Amino acid sequence: MDQFLQHVINALSLGSIYALIALGYTMVFGVLQLINFAHGEIYMLGAFTGMYTIRWLRLEEHPGIGSLIIALIAAMAASATAGFIIERLAYRPLRKSPRINLLITAVGVSLFLQYSGQLVFGSDPQFFPTGILEIEGYNWSYGDLVIEPMQIVALVLALILMFVLQYIIFRTRLGRAMRAVSFNHDFASLMGIPTNQIISATFMLGSALAGAAGVLVGLIYPKIDPLMGTMPGLKAFVAAVLGGIGNVTGAVLGAFTLGLAEEFLVGYWVPTYRDALAFGILILILLFKPSGLLGVHRAEKV
Amino acid sequence: MEAVRRQTRMPKHRFLFSASTYQTLSWGLVLLAAFVVSPWIEQGINPYWFTIVIYCGINIILAVSLNLVNGFTGQFSIGHAGFMAVGAYVAAVVTMALGANPAWNEFVASNGISESAVLPIGLCLGGIAAAGAGYMVGMPSLRLRGDYLAIVTLGFGEIIRVIMMNTEAVGGASGLNNIPFLSNFGWVYSSVVLTVFCVWRMVHSSHGRTLLAVREDEIAGEAMGVNTTQAKVRAFAMGAFFAGVAGGLYAHQLRILTPQTFDFNRSFEVVIMVVLGGMGSISGSVVAAVLLTVLREALRVVQTWYEIDIRMVIYSLVLIILMLTRPNGLFGSREITDFFPASLRRKLAGGAEARGGVK
Repeated sequence: MDQFLQHVINALSLGSIYALIALGYTMVFGVLQLINFAHGEIYMLGAFTGMYTIRWLRLEEHPGIGSLIIALIAAMAASATAGFIIERLAYRPLRKSPRINLLITAVGVSLFLQYSGQLVFGSDPQFFPTGILEIEGYNWSYGDLVIEPMQIVALVLALILMFVLQYIIFRTRLGRAMRAVSFNHDFASLMGIPTNQIISATFMLGSALAGAAGVLVGLIYPKIDPLMGTMPGLKAFVAAVLGGIGNVTGAVLGAFTLGLAEEFLVGYWVPTYRDALAFGILILILLFKPSGLLGVHRAEKV
Repeated sequence: MEAVRRQTRMPKHRFLFSASTYQTLSWGLVLLAAFVVSPWIEQGINPYWFTIVIYCGINIILAVSLNLVNGFTGQFSIGHAGFMAVGAYVAAVVTMALGANPAWNEFVASNGISESAVLPIGLCLGGIAAAGAGYMVGMPSLRLRGDYLAIVTLGFGEIIRVIMMNTEAVGGASGLNNIPFLSNFGWVYSSVVLTVFCVWRMVHSSHGRTLLAVREDEIAGEAMGVNTTQAKVRAFAMGAFFAGVAGGLYAHQLRILTPQTFDFNRSFEVVIMVVLGGMGSISGSVVAAVLLTVLREALRVVQTWYEIDIRMVIYSLVLIILMLTRPNGLFGSREITDFFPASLRRKLAGGAEARGGVK
């Protein structure tokens, strides 16, 4: 039973990270119908920004939630900027060209960030300073059950960010504009919505969440390297598809489902097939319910 | 109908044999020539350049076969390395098993067959296995729109890699060793000729027209009675077959297979060849494959200066800049023959159509 609970706890913290990344995917897909392959790399940038912020500001000397939040904000700002630049330079000029060109560009941007990341950060893995979250006297264990402080912090922060996002999307003018753009690009523009700005804002918002996920993942799995974004990025995409791409609640649901499935596969069955599981799920979901768990099936229009 | 066909130079509704006898013969001659010149080339140029020439050939096969899927059918697949891996492993296992089989060795010795005769068997089986894999992946995912296909093919490549890594029978993570060295110039370039010929005939047959219909407008194609799913799966399986053949050749050139060889970068290299050459241009793929294979070797020199793999940075930049400035690549959907003078073009075409893709 303890083992089971332990897996559930691990799955929740893993799922919360997937959820943060998946939200960015699903938002960008919502407004542009584009799979932003570079999203996983933005998450990588977030992790590195977080690490360098902690190092340069010597935040490790003052461990605690406050320092973590500083690192988090720095990472989110850097990621949002990266997202803005990518959208501006690579995607916007291609807005009117065929979708396949946009897709190829996205793949190109993703690889460019990975490998120029290797040039800038070096290709060897670096250790994320997890010491930033040493809370004195913290010891939460019950029998075999151990809950790391990082896990709680990751889950709570992820949930807070998701609620903030939910608020932005459904309760603010910006959110209403985003929904309008995702509903119909041209009509939104006719109604006086500055679509380009809204798309930029969506990219920045999604990227900021990915950046936050980067810092959180650094805390839980402290080895970070420039290629770290690929796998979680793809898995988060699978999570977004699983929940119904374009659907914000669906992305979160899909992410936690994927986290649970992975954790149980690793814990109870064949750990080596971990990376294959997400793609297996993807193929199955595309086969049986392509619109995802919460998605609405939209007939293709001519 | 016949009059219209003659007027518009529409292809007849057959696949391999609709080429004029003249054309088929000349292709056959080129294929044989690969074997004839093979020993001279192997002895004539230094081993380093020879390896590059072989890799050029393998990359041409990969690029042309992927062009069938990405270029002519308009389906964006980025899992070509997965099919290559299937072909490579199956071909290697087949040749190794046959090489170790006493009955086969006796048969070879008593009939005076060259020892490299196991290679075509391995290549065929590898290709068929890869085509089977392509069919299996294509069936569910090709019903869907392009972006999903991209992710599924990528995911499939990863699944293959994980499976190879966990199968002890093929060496697991440490790889398959001691594969016989059989990929000589003759086998590689006859495969190149065969690939280019088959893809060229495929594209200019009525099957090819359905592929172009899928690329240009899937919904309109469907309305005209094209079974788009079937057309896509067909292109996919055929592309996978040749990727498998290329994988087999690669295995018997490198002599060692590890799952890491067939990662995402491998697929990406092929994608960029297709995009650079022009999606929908066979000769474009050939030119781009040669160009990038040579560029890769040239960059290896740069790599020794900086000690960092700068290749992928350049590749990805090339890809982004191409998409922003010249999305049609070098050739667009034209073929190299389109640039020849008209008189020569007519002669080459031999009465059949001279033009490549649909404009």
